[in-house]
Amino acid sequence: MSALKEKQRDDSHSSIPDEWFRPKEKNIDEAESVVRPSLSYWEDAWRRLRQNKLAMAGFVFLILLAVMAVIGPWISPYTVSEASLADQNQPPSLNHWFGTDELGRDVFTRTWYGARISLFVGLMAALIDFFIGVVYGGISGYKGGRTDNVLMRIIEILYGLPYLLVVILLLVVMGPSLLTIIIALTVTGWVGMARIVRGQVLQLKHNEFVMASQSFGAKTKRIIRKNLLPNTMGPIIVQMTLTVPTAIFAEAFLSFLGLGIQSPYASWGVMANDALGVILSGDWWRLFFPAFFISATMFAFNVLGDGLQDALDPRLRR
Amino acid sequence: MVTYILKRLVYMIVTVFIIATLTFFLMNLIPGSPFNEERTTNAAVQQNLEEHYHLNEPLAVQYILYLKSIITLDFGPSIKQPTETVNSLLGRGFPISAELGIWTVLIALVSGVALGVFAALKHNHLIDYMAMTIAVLGISIPNFVLATMLIQQLAVQLEWLPAATWSSPAHMVLPVLALATGPMAIIARLTRSSMLETLTQDYIKTARAKGLSPYKVVVKHALKNALMPVVTIMGTLLAGILTGTFVIEKIFAIPGMGKYFVEGINQRDYPVIMGTTVFYSAFLVFMLFLVDIAYGFLDPRIKLHKEGGSS
Repeated sequence: MSALKEKQRDDSHSSIPDEWFRPKEKNIDEAESVVRPSLSYWEDAWRRLRQNKLAMAGFVFLILLAVMAVIGPWISPYTVSEASLADQNQPPSLNHWFGTDELGRDVFTRTWYGARISLFVGLMAALIDFFIGVVYGGISGYKGGRTDNVLMRIIEILYGLPYLLVVILLLVVMGPSLLTIIIALTVTGWVGMARIVRGQVLQLKHNEFVMASQSFGAKTKRIIRKNLLPNTMGPIIVQMTLTVPTAIFAEAFLSFLGLGIQSPYASWGVMANDALGVILSGDWWRLFFPAFFISATMFAFNVLGDGLQDALDPRLRR
Repeated sequence: MVTYILKRLVYMIVTVFIIATLTFFLMNLIPGSPFNEERTTNAAVQQNLEEHYHLNEPLAVQYILYLKSIITLDFGPSIKQPTETVNSLLGRGFPISAELGIWTVLIALVSGVALGVFAALKHNHLIDYMAMTIAVLGISIPNFVLATMLIQQLAVQLEWLPAATWSSPAHMVLPVLALATGPMAIIARLTRSSMLETLTQDYIKTARAKGLSPYKVVVKHALKNALMPVVTIMGTLLAGILTGTFVIEKIFAIPGMGKYFVEGINQRDYPVIMGTTVFYSAFLVFMLFLVDIAYGFLDPRIKLHKEGGSS
């Protein structure tokens, strides 16, 4: 066995020129060079997100929807509450692309107006949840000890409250409007965000870079903002992406119950509720457009959130 | 275990108390009394009415009376329907809502778990992709949209099933389907990811190596452990199903508790709103409590951890 190996080595040695075995000259510049292009966390996440076709389709849909929400009511010759007796219950046609309702209002215009409401409610809810949740969760996780204990007990009780029931109660008291919907949705909505931020901060706060900051005399506010938050942005963004469809659903749900946006203004929930009354007449476009856009928007946010979750998870980094 | 249950019990009571208090003071913030409507009553009648409903007492006294009424489970009369009490409405509505809820939970659980397990076993195959597309669609379509679409297609167009009311098993199909799809989708996704993780564990390899049948490995060894996250999320799902009954009962004209609640809201019938809110919250918090206890029993690690004293 060893004899065979010896022979092989001799053979190979004879076939390879001797200069190959000399030590390579050291090139200091080359030694420092990196073979693969270095990608920052966000570049890598974006690269991985782009590979997820479903998430990108959702992303593109949402961009188109946002564009139409801005220009849709503006390019249409009709206004959102303009009633016309001559154009009642028209099916989709060249004049009214999505048809009209029983008051002759243009469903196309109303759909994009509803998109404005839905996107606005969703984004505002996510933003407000973000600010409250980050401050609350950041302080709770970073301070720890008794502060954390008290803050977490409050969260535990808030978490036990049935979300939509509280929202309904608040809306009954405050009266239905766009502002009160956003307030009602965020009064208890930030709890999930606060829990996520707290968990992340708890994991991160004993790292060396935080200690370095502390030893330079950085204040709590600065440490949370500059050291801890940037490192928790991944889960925070995912949570925000998933808050938006929840808020959109809640707005549509409340409008459907008559507690949300009021006629003559349009929201997808209001339009679906109006369509329920004419369901026997076979005017399919009345239900189809709001139903399609609520579902498609929620679908887009959900797949985008799933995609972001995978893309922003450092453990899945290749 | 006993300290754990007691701790959850205290939380439960505190939560219900907070909701009850919140409801009471929020309702009192609303300007006007239920009797200040266009219909003019003379002063004496007005006063009698206010006395009957204790509206002339100071707020603190009203609050005490209200807490007492909750403890004795007597939510008082309905203001808009003088012949009814909140208790009679709840008594009539609850069995119907409960029937709707139980069927929904059963169907969501069985079909969701089955879908998730099949998707996990056929990971990255056609069945997996199909099951997960169905699941994301199920999460994305709001229950009231699904309900209206089901009525339009299956009840109005094809006339296969009745569109409204609650009188025979056929009437129950559409509401239960509309309500169960969302939770089913969530359960399916959760079961799938948890199943995928469990299937890579060493004890599954051991079970396979012992020569157990695939059925036994999947059901007895993998599924039992994979279902723990599903138990955890049951509380949230129950809350969703419960609020879902409001719209579903409204759409299908089912005379359940949700219908009375929504009617109470629309008519500003405060005792009905307060009574149903407190009842719903107490019911939900009790369900969460049961889920927590069940979790403690199902997962031996939690029981040991809790007995160790440190939370």
